[in-house]
Amino acid sequence: MLLRRFGLVAAFVLASVLFAVTATAQTTAPTAGDTFAAAVAGLAAESFPEKSAAVTALSELKHPNGRAVLAALLDGKLYFRVADNKVYITDGGETALSLTDPLTLAAAGSGEPDDFSRITTNNSLRKTLRSAVATFALSDPDADVRLAAVREMLRSIDDDSVAILRTSMEKEADADVRKAMREGLALADLDSADADTRLTAVAALKDSLSPDVYNRLTIMVTADDAGSFPEPDERVRTTAREVISAIDSSRQVYATLETLFFGLSLGSVLVLAAIGLAITFGVMGVINMAHGELMMLGAYTTYVVQQAMPNHIGLSIFIAIPLAFLVSACVGMLIERGVVRFLYGRPLETLLATFGVSLILQQVVRDVFSANNRPVETPAWMAGSMQINEALSITYNRLYVILFMIVVFVVLQMVLQKTSLGLKVRAVAQNRNMARAMGVRTQWVDAMTFGLGSGIAGVAGVALSQLTNVGPNLGQQYIIDSFMVVVFGGVGNLWGTLIGGMSLGVVSKVLEPWAGAVLAKILVLIALILFIQRRPRGLFPQKGRAAEN
Amino acid sequence: MKRGPILNLLVGERGTAVFLAIVAIVGIVVPVMHLLPDEGSALQLSGYTMTLIGKYMTYALLAVAVDLVWGYCGILSLGHAAFFALGGYAMGMYLMRQIGTRGVYGDPVLPDFMVFLNYKELPWFWHGFDMFWFAMLMVAVVPGLLALLFGWLAFRSRVTGVYLSIITQALTYALMLAFFRNDMGFGGNNGMTDFKDILGFAINTPATRVALFIASAIALILGYLACRYITMSRAGRVVQAIRDAESRTRFIGYRVESYKLWIFTFSAVLAGIAGALYVPQVGIINPSEFQPINSIEVVIWVAVGGRGMLYGAAAGAVIVNYAKTFFTAALPEFWLYALGLLFVVVTLFLPRGFVGLLDRFGGKPPAAPPSTTSETARAATA
Repeated sequence: MLLRRFGLVAAFVLASVLFAVTATAQTTAPTAGDTFAAAVAGLAAESFPEKSAAVTALSELKHPNGRAVLAALLDGKLYFRVADNKVYITDGGETALSLTDPLTLAAAGSGEPDDFSRITTNNSLRKTLRSAVATFALSDPDADVRLAAVREMLRSIDDDSVAILRTSMEKEADADVRKAMREGLALADLDSADADTRLTAVAALKDSLSPDVYNRLTIMVTADDAGSFPEPDERVRTTAREVISAIDSSRQVYATLETLFFGLSLGSVLVLAAIGLAITFGVMGVINMAHGELMMLGAYTTYVVQQAMPNHIGLSIFIAIPLAFLVSACVGMLIERGVVRFLYGRPLETLLATFGVSLILQQVVRDVFSANNRPVETPAWMAGSMQINEALSITYNRLYVILFMIVVFVVLQMVLQKTSLGLKVRAVAQNRNMARAMGVRTQWVDAMTFGLGSGIAGVAGVALSQLTNVGPNLGQQYIIDSFMVVVFGGVGNLWGTLIGGMSLGVVSKVLEPWAGAVLAKILVLIALILFIQRRPRGLFPQKGRAAEN
Repeated sequence: MKRGPILNLLVGERGTAVFLAIVAIVGIVVPVMHLLPDEGSALQLSGYTMTLIGKYMTYALLAVAVDLVWGYCGILSLGHAAFFALGGYAMGMYLMRQIGTRGVYGDPVLPDFMVFLNYKELPWFWHGFDMFWFAMLMVAVVPGLLALLFGWLAFRSRVTGVYLSIITQALTYALMLAFFRNDMGFGGNNGMTDFKDILGFAINTPATRVALFIASAIALILGYLACRYITMSRAGRVVQAIRDAESRTRFIGYRVESYKLWIFTFSAVLAGIAGALYVPQVGIINPSEFQPINSIEVVIWVAVGGRGMLYGAAAGAVIVNYAKTFFTAALPEFWLYALGLLFVVVTLFLPRGFVGLLDRFGGKPPAAPPSTTSETARAATA
């Protein structure tokens, strides 16, 4: 009973609330729309003061379409029909005008250019307009829009925009936008006649990384030919110099970070290319000169997969990875069964024979896909870059290649450490004869190991297809580098390959700025040749007391 | 039958005797057939063919040099084309200086590419190359010194087997990158070409070409004999012992590193001389000669001909290069298949190359193929 009465009351309350809401909506909404329509119509007025009043009215209304209308007026895209003074947004043009209704922002058919007249503006109106548009943008709920608006205003800063920035900075919640505003205001204050204001402004620019700020400050403290500075006050100059050196050092930090990142991503590519080689070389003592071509096959697999599913480029990568593994692993096992197994114990001959195989694979690819590079698309989710601040941005494809390398490395370690195949592979690598005596089918393990190493090469090829040209020579570009990584890291140790590849990548990128890319590569090669003299078995030599003959 | 040492050097081995005879005959007959018959007669051998054969002979000398270190000492160098190219560059620098004012820019001292690249004066390492004797000295000294330095570092720390092969490859790769740079002062990726004179004779006249051809034949014979002398000597036997069992040789008391070092250096000098004879005949030298694939191709010449037999290496160079000339003209897309298959087939089925094949048909008991099993491999596969 009680419950029912409660239900009744609740229903009544609900109904009355609903009624109230619909009633207010019915009464207020047309009013706002009418005011907006009236203000828009006011823009078509004859005199500039009337137009100006309409603009002010529009900016005070905060109607969602207000910004578009004002921006159109500023860009000279607002027209009115001579016949009935009705206002439209249009993109101008000689032939038929495509019209947009300012009240709804919906398309409103097209019209003859002769029937329409553009709403003209003058300097003072444009000024009002600009600040009105900026105010609209600065009160946008999206922080990115606000940031873009601030940047836009800073490009041509005047007293009005300073005033607008000052008022909106107090309301601004987002830290990045506030920072940009503070920076812009400080830049504006540098023009102030008051030395103390300039001093505060210079000090406020301490954390800025923007090149504009840097250039501006540098100009302030650079003497002209007559020996006088653009900045007259000595205190301000001293502070400016301190700020410049502070900016310099923080820029230096970010430059170092960027170099490190480039180095790590190059290192990841090297590790990806070398890790399969490390397995075959480490376990079987076999130099597979066709390793680069197995990577090339992986890259071409990516290309073929993309051709097969042109509408799902983003997805194609995930199909290409296992497929490339399979393709390269099968070719690798064919090489092992067909050539390499007859040459065990004769590594130099293996080197030559697999080199022959690599030539054949290159020519096969040339005959099938032509000698030209094939275009492999980058999925949308891999394009672009992450802007960390004005001095540091990270491209996504480099970031993903690092992540991908880590995944491949972890998976490979799991396979080698946790599976029965991995156990056998390690056993054969440690002591082939003893493993055989314990019942391990070493021939089968050899084939599987070679297949695993080759498959990893194929997976590396998928990554390379996103970073470099996919052509028949793709493999050759990386083969010497990958050998270097394996030899540097030490044979038979994946961690050695990882550390070797990463350090080679970082060292190359550190050397590049002052030596140039080619010279850096030469220096790295020479350093490696010298390193091998000191540590002939690499950073992490294989443990054991294998007897020499 | 007891022979004197010189006679033994020349005809002590049937293959050597045949080889020397062929080179000598070619060295005489080809120039005669080029010069004596009238221009355009059926008997005349074209200048193109003669230069081609001359080029093959410089390749043969390079192959002999590689065989000396690989076939006899077990050092698989994948960087010998670098020494060849360095010798070629030394010769090229001499030839560039001989152009004088006849270059496009007419600068009396600076070669064209330096004028083009805004050099103000000759780099220090170009001085002296206007003198023939100095350039010839450098042909031997530059590859020799590089090999000495590289070998000293490598052999002293006992870098062997595939590790050595890979770092020799890195060496030639680094040199290739370096020579491709314009500011190295060696003409960048265009290299050096447009040669005019050698020793005051115009380089394109038939007489000069014949002289270069004969010089190549003589260099091949002398280089061959020097290698044969080394392999027949006591030191040569030690070298072969090193190839078969390096540690054992060391334990017996030989200084393995010194033997390897000197034979490697000598081989590099021979390669340099081959390169110096190659450049005036083909008329160009550029950094692509340093490509790692070139060095590997040299190794396959040796493998095809027959490793561990000097005449086999020389024959292999000629066979493979003739095939290359033929195929790249007739069936260009087929050449890489053929070369690739050659690598596979020779290593799998013909460990002693074509010479070994001939011996088998000739009824000789097949000798054991030279072992190149390195300690790395034994350690890894043990």
